[in-house]
Amino acid sequence: MDQIISGGGTPARFGGLLYSGNDWNFQTIRDCYDAIEEIAHGELGLETYANRVEIITSEQMLDVYTAHGMPVGYKHWSFGKRFIGHENAYRRGLMGLAYEVVINSDPCISYLMEENSATMQALVIAHAAFGHNHFFRNNRLFREWTDPSDILDYLEFARGYIARCEERHGQRAVERVLDAAHALQNQGVNRHSGARKLDLKAEQQRAKERRAYEDSIFNDLWRTLPAEAGGADGAAEAGHARRLLGLPEENLLYFLEKNAPRLAPWGREIIRIVRMIAQYFYPQPQVKMMNEGCATWVHVYIMRRLHELGRIDDAAYLEVIHSTSNVINQPGFDMGGGASFNPYALGYAMMTDIVRICTEPTAEDRAWFPDIAGNGDAIGTLRHAWAEYRDESFIQQFLSPRVIRDFRMFRLSDDTAQPYLLVDAIHDEAGYREIRRSLARVYDPGTFYTEIEIVDVDLLGDRTLKLEHRTRAGQLLQARDARQTLDYLAALWGYGVVLNEVDDQTGAVLATHTAGPVQ
Amino acid sequence: MPARGRPLVARYRRSISIIFETASEREWCRPVDIIDRRPNPHGKNLENRRRVLQRARSAVQTAVRDAVARGKIREVGQGNAISVRADALHEPSLHRVFSEGMREIVLTGNREFSRGDRLQRPPGGGGGQGSGAGQAGEQGGGEDSFRFVLSRDEFLDLFFDDLELPDLLKREISTTENGVPARSGLSNEGAPSHLDLGRTMRRSIARRLGLGRPKPAELLEVEERIVALEALRPASAEELEELEDLRERRGMLRQRLARIPWVDPVDLRFRRYTIMPQPATRAVMFCIMDVSGSMTERMKDLAKQFFLLLHVFLERRYKKVEIVFIRHAESAEEVDEDTFFHDPRTGGTIVSSALELMRTIQRERFPSANWNIYVAQASDGDNASSDTSRTASLLRDDILPAVQYYAYIEITGSGAVIRGETDLWRSYRAIADENDHLAIRQVGDRKEIFPVFRDLFSRQRDTAEA
Repeated sequence: MDQIISGGGTPARFGGLLYSGNDWNFQTIRDCYDAIEEIAHGELGLETYANRVEIITSEQMLDVYTAHGMPVGYKHWSFGKRFIGHENAYRRGLMGLAYEVVINSDPCISYLMEENSATMQALVIAHAAFGHNHFFRNNRLFREWTDPSDILDYLEFARGYIARCEERHGQRAVERVLDAAHALQNQGVNRHSGARKLDLKAEQQRAKERRAYEDSIFNDLWRTLPAEAGGADGAAEAGHARRLLGLPEENLLYFLEKNAPRLAPWGREIIRIVRMIAQYFYPQPQVKMMNEGCATWVHVYIMRRLHELGRIDDAAYLEVIHSTSNVINQPGFDMGGGASFNPYALGYAMMTDIVRICTEPTAEDRAWFPDIAGNGDAIGTLRHAWAEYRDESFIQQFLSPRVIRDFRMFRLSDDTAQPYLLVDAIHDEAGYREIRRSLARVYDPGTFYTEIEIVDVDLLGDRTLKLEHRTRAGQLLQARDARQTLDYLAALWGYGVVLNEVDDQTGAVLATHTAGPVQ
Repeated sequence: MPARGRPLVARYRRSISIIFETASEREWCRPVDIIDRRPNPHGKNLENRRRVLQRARSAVQTAVRDAVARGKIREVGQGNAISVRADALHEPSLHRVFSEGMREIVLTGNREFSRGDRLQRPPGGGGGQGSGAGQAGEQGGGEDSFRFVLSRDEFLDLFFDDLELPDLLKREISTTENGVPARSGLSNEGAPSHLDLGRTMRRSIARRLGLGRPKPAELLEVEERIVALEALRPASAEELEELEDLRERRGMLRQRLARIPWVDPVDLRFRRYTIMPQPATRAVMFCIMDVSGSMTERMKDLAKQFFLLLHVFLERRYKKVEIVFIRHAESAEEVDEDTFFHDPRTGGTIVSSALELMRTIQRERFPSANWNIYVAQASDGDNASSDTSRTASLLRDDILPAVQYYAYIEITGSGAVIRGETDLWRSYRAIADENDHLAIRQVGDRKEIFPVFRDLFSRQRDTAEA
């Protein structure tokens, strides 16, 4: 190799050491990026969005955290609260900041901390700018649910729009709508129908039209009339209207945006903004484990290759190993790990295991994974998995006995009727499938999202909104939160709201929450 | 930072291991931007942070005052952390919690369990959070309290939110000393550094347009044409005529250009500053405390709380606050802060000695024309009975006319014992009825310090008087 012939003095771009020591400069980053890109695209065949790498300070990193990693955001106190929380934790040393944050956008933006050493910069470029980036671009969920090309512009639009609303209608009024919309944002996504592409031009156009319509119908005389002057629907009309409302509706924010009778047009637009952003973030929790696993696997692979090719020295590679093993550490349940899996650890372990199955399968692997065992195309298999699965199905499909053994997983059955917890599956032949099934269920969006539907509106009476939460006994909504959220919902709807918690099997009403009409 | 992209193709040719040589090269030739964002403005979230404070204002205020009630004024005022109850900033959402029934939990790190083992249920409900609650917990919904680190200014703002110094205005005007320059319109003369370029150029443009100053480009054009025509030879009669016209025009243009300047002295506008009188905000605070045998440590501690509060409060209003500590038993002396609070003394009580000393010091060092004078006196109300009338007359005739505000705090005994009025209290009250700027209050417990303080300085008092 070049560097053997000419010693350490070979310029980086001719294949020698990319850097040595901890210090980096922009040329180092560029050289590292180029070297990493060669491996990522050349050897791994990753397909990525164009990259943008931004160097930021720790203070800016706190800002990025606050906005869920988004570079622009509208003003709201909840972001301030999050900021103070992160800041306190960071200043008191309870929390280390991430080395990077990456945004699912096109171009894909990776934020790198200035404090990182040269090795860490290279590592996080491999991790974020290629690992995550490839995942964002190729995974089915992201492809179907988010539109990365417009998100930054849309956020900019949202910030501008909300700022203008604050000028026009006052900060308090805007805050009330935002508070309410935020409380409902988990119920503000379309779960089953996919997202329509964001179209910034159309969005701006619609906002403008709304405004123009408002202006055109403005008549100072009407201002003095009571707000709900037009409520005299006939019975037939009510039935017709109910059909038009498209009930039942799972997307509460969508329903409010379209149908809330007493909402000002700008309020609808703000609800829409919250809804769009919630929709954008919707896939992320469902593929978190895979996404992190993918990025970690990619950076481990690339850094190992860089070392093999003589582009980084032994000291740097030791640093890579050290920080990677920190990241993929999975403490046992009694060592502080609790019931939560470290997504990096599980994802990385499963992906490493897929490579092993593809290249050096054991008899057990051949029995469990006849379709991929020994197929010799580890990278292709991984790329297929990254593109087509989400956490739940990935576990269901690829969690191997080997990984279950390595993690020494076991399952507890927790029956509140019993005074004890029962260990009902461990890492043995009888337990593998049980554990795999249960673990997959943890990652099932159905279990971590609370699905609530609007089922009816009392159109002839007092316009009470009726909602339903299908669940089972012992799994009810947190009552205090539910009440407060319903108050918000009632504030947006303008009339009373009733939420019934209904047993999925029997149809019995388990609990009822109500919020009165607001003045 | 300039974004720079380099085509990677050339180097791939000789790179060491290419597996996917044929992978679509256009894809991976897209350039990377490396951007240094560090110089970008920081503090994006300051506005959001401010909104949090605003939203939790009442909760923060309660927390701030609790912190003070616990007796750490100095430290808290230096910018300490305070905690507010989390529900002031709670963000509710609809989420499920597991309360009963069956669930399965997958854990890692099994060392000793085999199937069928029964484990004792850990205290506090199960081996982990219900998966439904995970979402909200992450957003901080589960916290009991929320910590802020307030800056000193934020802290004091919240702390003294509705408090105001009495009669501040009167004295400030009488003690103007310094001036600060303030903008006051424009003038047509001034120092070059005060030149208002925008306005000057606006006037210059108007004048040039009005007087028809030709544009230099016009002259250039004419000159070029002349050169071109002169180069023609032989020239036709028309061209000669044109040349003649142009020469004339050139002369005219040059003349006008020379006569009408680009910027004329009449265009010049300067920002004008006038010196505005700035009230001197100096204040002196006299702390007078009874340290006789009847004052216990607890009582002194209460007095100290009050003095500290007053000091922090005055510091916020005045740039400079001097403090004079006077303690007295049978006789009075001026001492430093440490001695004042910590050095024990015993003996009988003669209040007038302290007032006399205070008056002397004030006359010598803090003439009332230049200083805002505040007096805070703390005592348990004990006084030698022969001295009370002298104290009262001293206060009424000599001290009150000279000071801005006089607060008297009488620290009652254990709090459980309800005492009658002391002689000192009675005579002070008679004076207080006639003088608005003497305020007297009784304090029995640490918790009462701040309410009494607020009571003394609350804004309503001012407006009611006005």
